[in-house]
Amino acid sequence: MSARYGMVIDLDRCIGCGSCMVACAAENNVPALQQATVRTGLTPIVVRTVSNGQEGAARRETFIPIMCMHCEHDTPCVKVCPQQAVEVDRATGIVMQMPQRCLGCRYCMTACPYHARYFNWWDPAWPAGMEKSLNPGIAVRMRGVVEKCNLCHARLHTAKEKAAAAAKREIDPTDYVPACVEACPTSAIHFGNLADANDPVAKESRSPEAFRLLARLGTEPKVYYKSKEAWVRDLAETNSAPRPEVKHG
Amino acid sequence: MASRVLTDSRWIARGESRTSFSRFLLWLAPWTALLLVGIYAAFLCLYHGLNQTNMDNRFAFGLWIFLDLGIIALGAGAFFTGFLVYILKRVELKPILNTAVVVGFICYSGAVAILMIDVGQPLRAWFTFWHPNTHSMLTEVTFCISCYLLVLCLEYIPILLRNPQLRRLPSFLVFDHQLHRLIPVLAAVGAMLSFFHQGSLGGLYGVLRGRPFAFRSGILIWPSTFFLFILSAIASGPSFLMLVTAAVEKITGRKLVANEIFRRLALISGVLLGIYVAAKSIDTLIWLNITSPSEGFAPWQFYIHKPFGTPILFAEIVLFGLLPAFLLTFRATASRRGWLLCAAAMACAGVLLNRFVLTVQTLALPTLPFDDFLQYTPSWQEVASFAGVIAYGVIVYSLSYRYLPMFGSSKGEHADVSGN
Repeated sequence: MSARYGMVIDLDRCIGCGSCMVACAAENNVPALQQATVRTGLTPIVVRTVSNGQEGAARRETFIPIMCMHCEHDTPCVKVCPQQAVEVDRATGIVMQMPQRCLGCRYCMTACPYHARYFNWWDPAWPAGMEKSLNPGIAVRMRGVVEKCNLCHARLHTAKEKAAAAAKREIDPTDYVPACVEACPTSAIHFGNLADANDPVAKESRSPEAFRLLARLGTEPKVYYKSKEAWVRDLAETNSAPRPEVKHG
Repeated sequence: MASRVLTDSRWIARGESRTSFSRFLLWLAPWTALLLVGIYAAFLCLYHGLNQTNMDNRFAFGLWIFLDLGIIALGAGAFFTGFLVYILKRVELKPILNTAVVVGFICYSGAVAILMIDVGQPLRAWFTFWHPNTHSMLTEVTFCISCYLLVLCLEYIPILLRNPQLRRLPSFLVFDHQLHRLIPVLAAVGAMLSFFHQGSLGGLYGVLRGRPFAFRSGILIWPSTFFLFILSAIASGPSFLMLVTAAVEKITGRKLVANEIFRRLALISGVLLGIYVAAKSIDTLIWLNITSPSEGFAPWQFYIHKPFGTPILFAEIVLFGLLPAFLLTFRATASRRGWLLCAAAMACAGVLLNRFVLTVQTLALPTLPFDDFLQYTPSWQEVASFAGVIAYGVIVYSLSYRYLPMFGSSKGEHADVSGN
């Protein structure tokens, strides 16, 4: 059975600690570049701070982790890549990036409405000694190619290998959990199979408190957000202006 | 020195007078210096990577893409003149065909050179041919521009073989003769390729559902920008040809093209510009009232960010569209050189503004509800690389003008308008 892996992020639980960003960088060998800025750095998941624009007692803030939304329909980045370096894995629903085939034209970055794609502006480098902590299961991306969140696809491979070794056709869901989900100290990020109606994440995605960013574009993103706060849910439908104050995480 | 001058004069067509070799070198010197700066900047970008630019993850396209789209539109005079002469049999335009081909060759080869610097992995450019995504507008652009540049090279060769020294070689003469028989076919192929890639360059942004400012509905798989780009390119191409020719006439102090040809080009440019302005206006109204609201966006919100307010829309459609269309179309203004060139410059500015709006303004505008309006200033490496391409263009054109027949059988003061 084909899966549709996705997430529900409970924004009321997110404390903006950035553990997900650190875990993602460590898992996926994202280089720690001194020269990178907030606009040129590699952050496959980035926590952004948004306020309701009010001041004083009326002011409210929330943290929103942004990553590839793994759009399911008319996937913007897949459609535009001139050399098929991006594809939707029909077996998992994961939008896969193949850096080894990427030309670095950045058309996919222009197409992505979530700005969830990142270009390797520099050669990958780590402070002396830190390269020993690299994940041996993940290839380091070269300068001049695009990368993004792939829902820790290497972990899915490991889970499949484990299932195959145990002569099972399906993986144990607990064996495939992305690094950000695992690292979140408040369990704000929930990961599961949206195609399975009984999966807790699939049920959560149907909650009235759940919403998706820019769902009106019709690209069927598979990352849901959840909040009891109406102003947070309204963000999904808000036009870009007038915009609430924003800070990069 | 004397022998060098003698050698140089041998390469100039008999009967043609050109400035002295030393003055010519003096003219080339600053352009060569600029070209060298450009090559150095390009080297920095290729060697150290695109971190030498001021582009970033949000502003993934910058100055280079804007200017690439601009010069490819301005270079459309090449294919469109070929189309008019060989397909529509407007032989009265033949005297400017060579200069159109050279301008087109410069624009396209310059754009391809910049694109090679603009991609992160230029050595993987062939991947697009090996693993083409037929749904991508960029695939269509890559195929058509590559093929059309090849066509332009083939069209440039016969002009090159008109050089008196090269004509002395019998094998070149035979080759030239054979190639000449192919030129109408090449012009037809070039026109088809160009119509497609001008369109697909427009489609590049028009298909971006994630960029509601640029996204357009259209016909079948083609967004409206596909057709608008073709129209604006064939409208501004002849205007750019007029500007280039007038600049060469001013610099050389010679009358190179008959006034009638200028007026003919002005009429073509003006009428097409008028059609483009009408189509663009209809498209804008459809986008404002149907496309953008149906995507859940209030279209006027895109114009609240300064300096990208509604004046830029007015400038694009009226100031640099409707106004030059009138000036170019009406004989009273088109027959006055000052008005004519002013209108041609406005038409070219209009197409450049359109490319700027679609590339730079689209990326500067926020998409997510909590996005910022972005600013971007190109680095000196980006500016210098492109300045290098302009210098390359001036050098190639200058060499072509000096040693090749650029304006039909331009013996003496006037061009041949008989079409022979």
